[in-house]
Amino acid sequence: MLAQGPIMLSIDILVNALVTGILLGSVYAALALGLAITFGILHIPNIAHPTLVIAGAFFVYTLAQWGVDPILAALVGLVPFYLLGVALYLFYSRLFERRGGANVLQSLTLFFGLSLVIEILLALSFGSELKSVNVFYIGSSLRLGILTIPYRLLIPALLAPVMIGAVWLYLSRTNTGTAIRAVAHEERALSIAGLNPASIKRHAFGIATATAVVAGAALIMVGPIEPFSGRFQIGRVFAIVVLAGMGSIPGSLVIAIVIGISEALVSSYLNPSWSPGVAFAILLLGLALRPQGLFGAAR
Amino acid sequence: MTKNSILFLVGIAIVLVLGFLMPWVLKNPFYFFVGYVVLQYVTIATGWNILGGYAGYINFGAAGFFGAGVYLSAFLFTTLGLPLPLCILAAAIFGAVLGLLMGYLTLRIQGVYFAIATLGLVVVLETIVHNIPALGGASGMAVYGPRQPFWSPGPSQFNFTVMLIIAAAAVTLARFVEISWIGRGLRAVRASEDAAECSGVPTLRLKLLACALSGAVLAAAGAPYPFYTSYMEPVTAFSLIIGLNAIAMPLIGGTRSWVGPVLGALLLASVQQIATVTISSELNILFVGLVLIAFVAFAPGGLAELFGRKQRRARS
Repeated sequence: MLAQGPIMLSIDILVNALVTGILLGSVYAALALGLAITFGILHIPNIAHPTLVIAGAFFVYTLAQWGVDPILAALVGLVPFYLLGVALYLFYSRLFERRGGANVLQSLTLFFGLSLVIEILLALSFGSELKSVNVFYIGSSLRLGILTIPYRLLIPALLAPVMIGAVWLYLSRTNTGTAIRAVAHEERALSIAGLNPASIKRHAFGIATATAVVAGAALIMVGPIEPFSGRFQIGRVFAIVVLAGMGSIPGSLVIAIVIGISEALVSSYLNPSWSPGVAFAILLLGLALRPQGLFGAAR
Repeated sequence: MTKNSILFLVGIAIVLVLGFLMPWVLKNPFYFFVGYVVLQYVTIATGWNILGGYAGYINFGAAGFFGAGVYLSAFLFTTLGLPLPLCILAAAIFGAVLGLLMGYLTLRIQGVYFAIATLGLVVVLETIVHNIPALGGASGMAVYGPRQPFWSPGPSQFNFTVMLIIAAAAVTLARFVEISWIGRGLRAVRASEDAAECSGVPTLRLKLLACALSGAVLAAAGAPYPFYTSYMEPVTAFSLIIGLNAIAMPLIGGTRSWVGPVLGALLLASVQQIATVTISSELNILFVGLVLIAFVAFAPGGLAELFGRKQRRARS
């Protein structure tokens, strides 16, 4: 576990850790994508997002029990999760817009309560044991010289950039995407332009929640999960979104890979049990040193 | 000193005297075993509210401060043999330093980052404890607490009285903060941070002070816990329900004054203690979570404001 011998000897450990880190980072970026939209673009502090990802993973798990392929299950889940997101946004906006504008701290508390309720409902219906999916293509490993890549990591890591790329193209190339990026900045200008800000936000929240089911499929392919696994992702996803500069999706991919590599290095050279703290340490340092994010303009 | 302050201190003194006398009157130790938990939550809710209620900065990591207090006090007691009051004091100082550190790193930006950072605090502290064998690691370790002194009939009663003293100290501190210049400044921060800063309120220093005081009370609440359970393990020391109750109790009672957290804690903790006999811990969390959502959604001022509104309506 600990590299006792000379560090030179372990070049293959280093290469494997780097590659594992890049692949892990790609999966983390998928987890953070929904938050990059809700928190990064819409400025809604949706701390329930990691829990929604876990809910997505359980959705995929349920269908996989009936023999459905996890990736196909994630595609099936897109519509129900989009609708779930729309419902969540309606609940959120009905509560707070009546009072004239959302108070950040009240919305944080609301999403905190929601995430607990979702976790408990998952625990009550699935039990607290670890759950995983098994498909023929994620059992073995790909070997290239000294490099060993398990397929259960490679497949999700390739799935993630496809989803991230699709969402990024949608946000940057379509009119609706432009409106989503505009809505948090200039709500009034948007309504003058003849668009309904509320329905744009609702749509964006729906998309963000729909990404949770794909991220959940990726997560449950990488390793087993339980209803409370979301807690370990909160530090990671917020580190990614905040340090990427609030809503910069290419930036979030870069930060996610940096975090993935750091965690992989810590677990191969130090001890795997230290790795949950890595993202949080990076987040705190980042907030202290460069609060506007590494890829964001100063605000 | 105003008339209200004198009344308050007399009330605290009466409660403390009762706390020393009750164990000799009520013979069943079970009441004190249960009462300990209720008082522990009074302390936690009060400590949380110094920052969360007065300044409006939400701390999701109350369990982190609590757990830090649990582990520090147990460590000092078992390895160095420090007396209990010093263990509690050391835990409070450690909690204050932890609060200052968290605040210094995140409070210069918006409150939302502070809240997010506290979410990670529990995971990090739990990770650290898992990796230190001297603290028992993941499996935990047994702790043999101090013997009860002559003035207490049994260990449950002794723990109860100790917790009562901590709770009384916490409530007194919270009330002092509320009525002093600190509270006025924090309320200004809560109403509008920019306006407060422009009017010359030292917002950052006030927030750091609130962080430190809040952290100290939260850690002190955890300090006697290992002696109460005679065992400490990461899962219970950093338990989810502590972080949840710390937020839910003040929000239910009302966050504007020291009465709210005390009221919310007495109410919610008593219900939980009665209910633990019949329902599982999962259902307990579900119940608190739903109550929390209901209050955030429909009664953001808590019970204190609900009653206040009714009174005003009755008068007009």
